[in-house]
Amino acid sequence: MAGMTSLFAAGGIAEYLQGLDGRLSSETWAFAIAAIVHAVLIINFFAVAPLFYIWLERKVAGRIQDRLGPTRVGGKFGWLQTLADGVKLIQKEDLCPQAADRMLFRLSPYLVFVASFAAMMVLPWSDGWIAQNLDVGIFFMLAVMSLEVMGVILAGYSSGSKWSLFGGMREAAQVVSYEIPMAICALVPVTALGTLNMVDISRAQSGTLVNWMVFHDPFCFFAFFVYFTVATASVKRAPFDLAEAESELVAGFHTEYSGIRWSYFFMAEYGSMFAVSGIATALFLGGWQTGLGIEQALLDPLRNWGSGQAWLPKGFVVGNYIANLVGCLVFITKGCVLVFVQMWVRWTLPRLRIDQVMATCLKYLLPISCFLFLGVTLWPLVVYQAWGRTTVFEGSTPLGNKAFTRPAPKAIPAAAPKATAMLEREVGS
Amino acid sequence: MSWLASLVDLFFWLFHDGAFWIFAITTVAAAVAVVVSQNVVRMAFWLILSLGATAGLFFSLNADFVGSAQLLVYVGGTLVLLIFGVMLTASGPFVGIKTKPGELVMAGGVGALLLSLILYSACAVDWRNAGQFDSKGVVAAGYNSPTEGNTTRTLGLSLMGARPDKDLGSTRQLLTSGYLLPFEIVSVHLLVVLVGAAYLARAKRRKSPSAPSSPA
Repeated sequence: MAGMTSLFAAGGIAEYLQGLDGRLSSETWAFAIAAIVHAVLIINFFAVAPLFYIWLERKVAGRIQDRLGPTRVGGKFGWLQTLADGVKLIQKEDLCPQAADRMLFRLSPYLVFVASFAAMMVLPWSDGWIAQNLDVGIFFMLAVMSLEVMGVILAGYSSGSKWSLFGGMREAAQVVSYEIPMAICALVPVTALGTLNMVDISRAQSGTLVNWMVFHDPFCFFAFFVYFTVATASVKRAPFDLAEAESELVAGFHTEYSGIRWSYFFMAEYGSMFAVSGIATALFLGGWQTGLGIEQALLDPLRNWGSGQAWLPKGFVVGNYIANLVGCLVFITKGCVLVFVQMWVRWTLPRLRIDQVMATCLKYLLPISCFLFLGVTLWPLVVYQAWGRTTVFEGSTPLGNKAFTRPAPKAIPAAAPKATAMLEREVGS
Repeated sequence: MSWLASLVDLFFWLFHDGAFWIFAITTVAAAVAVVVSQNVVRMAFWLILSLGATAGLFFSLNADFVGSAQLLVYVGGTLVLLIFGVMLTASGPFVGIKTKPGELVMAGGVGALLLSLILYSACAVDWRNAGQFDSKGVVAAGYNSPTEGNTTRTLGLSLMGARPDKDLGSTRQLLTSGYLLPFEIVSVHLLVVLVGAAYLARAKRRKSPSAPSSPA
C-alpha cells in the first residue's frame, strides 16, 4: 500500500514516525498508525457530515415550505436537533421481524454503511491530504460505491416482507441502471485529462475558473449537469427517492427497520450525497482550488515556510499544513454547496414514478452521456484542426502541461530513505 | 508490561502481514460457506464476500486496478445474479437447494482434481528464487519458466492465441497457434446459456382465444 505515504495532517505521519527512535520507528508501526489516523479522520467526517446535513435538510425544507424548521433544540437555530434525533434512534427498540433472515437483516445496514464510507478513501480533500492516493482513484470510487446497492437488495430481501422486497428491487433496478450513465459521465473529464488519479485531476484544474473541467469544453460542461442528475438518482435522492414514498408505496427496502439500524441507511445516504458531490467537485469544479487563481500567489510560497524549527515535529511544515487546510475547507464547502442543491431539488420537484425514473435513465440520460463521451474524445481533434491549438482560450496552458507543475514540499526526514523514494514516485517528480 | 507490548505488536502485525491473512481466510471461509449454505440468497451473499475479499488481496498487493475491476466486474456481476436469483426464484422451488449424494461426490471429485492441479503448480515453483532476474532478459519480458513462479501467464496468453513460450526467440517463420478458438467457442456456450435463461425466465403470456386478432 504505497499510497499511504501522502498523509493527512502532518507532513507525513509514517515518515515522521520512521524518523523517530524506538518501537515506533518500525515500518509496521508507522504504517499501522498512519492507517488508523486516516480511518479515524474519515469516519469522523462521515459521522459528523450527516449530523450537519440532516439539520440542514430540515432547515432547507422548512424555509422552502415557508416554515422555520427546527428552532428549539440547542439554541435559536436548532443546531442540536440531529443529536436529539440520534439519541431517540439509539434508544428505540432494534426490531427484527419474525419472517426475516436474521443474519442478513442485521448485516445489511453495515454493508451500505461500509460501502459509502470506503469510497471516501480516495477523495482528494487537499493537495496531499488523501487517505489513499490510488492511480485508479475514480475507478475505485465508482466500484466501491456500486457495492452500496448490495446492502439495499439484501435488506429488502431479508426483511421477509413483500413491501420491502418490492422496494429493494425498485431501488436495485434504479441504482444499477443509473450507475451506467454515472460512470460514463465521470469518464468525460477523465478522457479529457488522461488520468484516473484524483489528485492529478484536481491539480490539473489549478489556476482561474476557466481551468476547471466544467468550462474545459462544451461536452464537459453538459457532462457536469448530467452527472449531477445521475448522481442524485444513484444516491436515491428526490426526485428519484421512491424509498421515501411511505404513503404511496409503503416506503422502500427499509420498511421493517427501526432504531439505529434504520439510521445507518440514512447516514450512508447522506455520506454518499457528499461522496458523489465530492466526485463532482474533484472532476468538474476544480477540487480544492478556489478558482480565483490566487493559490499560486498566496498559498504556494507558503508551502515551504515554517519547517525545521526545533519545537516542530520533524517533517512537519507549518505553511504546507495551512495551505492544505485552506484547500480542504474549499473542497468541503464546494461539496456542501452541491449537497445543498440536492436538498433544494428535493423540496422543489415532485417525485417520479418508477417507470419514469427508468425511462429518464435509459431513454435520455444514457444516450446523452454516450454522446457526450463520444464528443469529448473528438473535441481536441476538432479544436486543433479549427484553431491550430489544443486549448479553447488562447494562451491558456494545455492540459498535459498543467498536472505535476507544483513543486513538492521538502518535508521528508532523512531517516526514511525508502519512504522518500516512495513519496517522490508519488508526487511524480 | 511486556505482554502488553507484544499484544500491541500483534495488533499492528495484523495491519501489515495480517491484511493478507484476514483477506485470505475470509476468501476461503466464504467460499466454503457458499458450498455449505442451502439458501440461494445467502449463497450469493457469501460469494460476494469471497470475491470482495479477493479484491482485498489484490489491493494488499498494490494491484489497485485489478482490485477495483474485481469489485466492479465480479462483485457487481454477482450482485446482478443476486437480483435475478431473488426476482426469479424467491418464491419458487430453488430457495432451498438440496444436493443429492451423487452430486456431492461428483463435485467433490472435480474440486479435488482442481485443487491438486493448483497445488501441483504451486509446489513446482522455487519460490525462494522466484524473484531473481536472469541475464537473458527473458524474465524482463515476462516469460520466465514455471519453476521461477510463472505458472499462469503462459496459460492465459495461449488462451488469447499467443504462445510466447514457444515463439519467443525461435527462428521459425510461423507462429504457433494458441487456444483462442476453443476459448471463444466456450464463450458462445455462455451466450447459449444466457438465451436459454432468458427464455425460461420470460413472462409467459398465453394468447387468449377471446382476444381480438390484429388485422392482417
